[in-house]
Amino acid sequence: METGLKDKIEQQVRQIVLDIIAIVAPDADLSNVKPDVGLRDQLDMDSMDFLDIVMELRKRYKVEVPKEEYPQLATLKSCVEYLAPKLQAAAAV
Amino acid sequence: MANLERIVITGVGLTSPIGDSLADLRKNLLHGVSGVSTFETRFMGEVLAGICSFDELKYQSRKERRRGTRAGAISVYCANEALHDARIDVSAFDRSRIGTYIGITEHGTVETENEIDAIRQYDYDTKFWSHHHNPRTVANNPAGEVTVNIGLRGPHYTIGAACAAGNAGLIQGVQMLRLGEVDLAICGGVSEAIRSFGIFASFAAQNALAKHDDPTKASRPFDMARNGIVVSEGGCLYTLERLSDAVRRDARIVAEIVGYAMNSDAADPVLPEPERMAECMTLAIERAGIGTGDVDIISTHATATETGDIQEADAIKRVFGDETKAKVNNTKSFIGHAMGAAGALELAGNLGSFDDGVVHATINITDPDPRCAVRNLVMNEPERVDKVNYILNNSFGMLGTNSTVVVRRFTG
Repeated sequence: METGLKDKIEQQVRQIVLDIIAIVAPDADLSNVKPDVGLRDQLDMDSMDFLDIVMELRKRYKVEVPKEEYPQLATLKSCVEYLAPKLQAAAAV
Repeated sequence: MANLERIVITGVGLTSPIGDSLADLRKNLLHGVSGVSTFETRFMGEVLAGICSFDELKYQSRKERRRGTRAGAISVYCANEALHDARIDVSAFDRSRIGTYIGITEHGTVETENEIDAIRQYDYDTKFWSHHHNPRTVANNPAGEVTVNIGLRGPHYTIGAACAAGNAGLIQGVQMLRLGEVDLAICGGVSEAIRSFGIFASFAAQNALAKHDDPTKASRPFDMARNGIVVSEGGCLYTLERLSDAVRRDARIVAEIVGYAMNSDAADPVLPEPERMAECMTLAIERAGIGTGDVDIISTHATATETGDIQEADAIKRVFGDETKAKVNNTKSFIGHAMGAAGALELAGNLGSFDDGVVHATINITDPDPRCAVRNLVMNEPERVDKVNYILNNSFGMLGTNSTVVVRRFTG
């Protein structure tokens, strides 16, 4: 895939993830989320919050995240890498 | 009863349809202000209800509120307000010695109705059911949210006693302090009832849901034109302490709880039984170490159902007979029936009498029903009396649960 398109997709997925986090952690300041730092620590999120993210992905995008793959959601960067193909696949249906 | 520690109220935190502080509640009661308005519900359309408008985010973050319940939000607000009112800094307290005892009529119905409605759009596929449902619906949720919010490590639970729950929460606090289980009790009652449609539908099915073109006139206990209950939400939590502890920390003392009683009708699931209600009042008065002639205010339960008001009037007559001192009033005429919060809120609305010597009224009486006539019913306008020393607060609930609390003006 050409870099320009890949970046565009990553940006869209990043925004999707941030939009969901904004609902799940409504008090958090999301202007400066570091892509490589664990979301748990950065935004004071716990396991129930991650289940909220999983639920929003299911409700809004029909994307399923199996339990074994929850660690893929640990950082913003890992979320984007993990979800980009899944979101594309779900959109293609 | 020998050697029972004296228990005092040192703080009050509340939210009601006519005020989110004791001062505002009292002011509006004395000015005859009704808090009943129209309210849109799922499936029931427009009904009448008492709605609270306290700032949910005063003590909770958005995330806390999102994950919790309305009853939890009410409880957190009231608990924090009570602690502030009592000038208690919990960090200076042993937090494992603070108990939270909150009376509720019901809990979990709001969340369940919401969740079933939410998965309807997914064809009732339960993989869309919330992981928050269980922590939201466990019956201790309102009290638990308080402990999590404030960081309290003593015992917490809710007490289900139908419409007597507000008194029951208070009574539990008194008992736990006397047992030495805790040094501070945050106790009373809360209700989020209006957020479910089921409670409205069920009262309507019993022909017990109030209707009136003017919402402010809909709650009419003791009046000929009464036609049922206005359902309300609300909360009132007190900080209770042993007198010795309150004095030691130089606390401002609001009032003293001197007697209480609870019993059961053992008769009918819905209709109250005057003989048992009378026994409950009599026992509370006895435990307070006073006579019926000492009671200054009878704060009635009366919900404006046809039968309930009659039964309570009958019970009062049985207990008070020819006594002429006690004035009788009713808070539900102003704020509707706040369910789990009712007993606690209705007592709070009367506490001001200890200072200002005024008995607030029962509003919306244009034509008193002779079948539930009680002596000295304060109708429509408040009445000034010489001095108020004793308030008797009644709350009676479904399945025949009865409660009475007697509170005395604190003089030392």
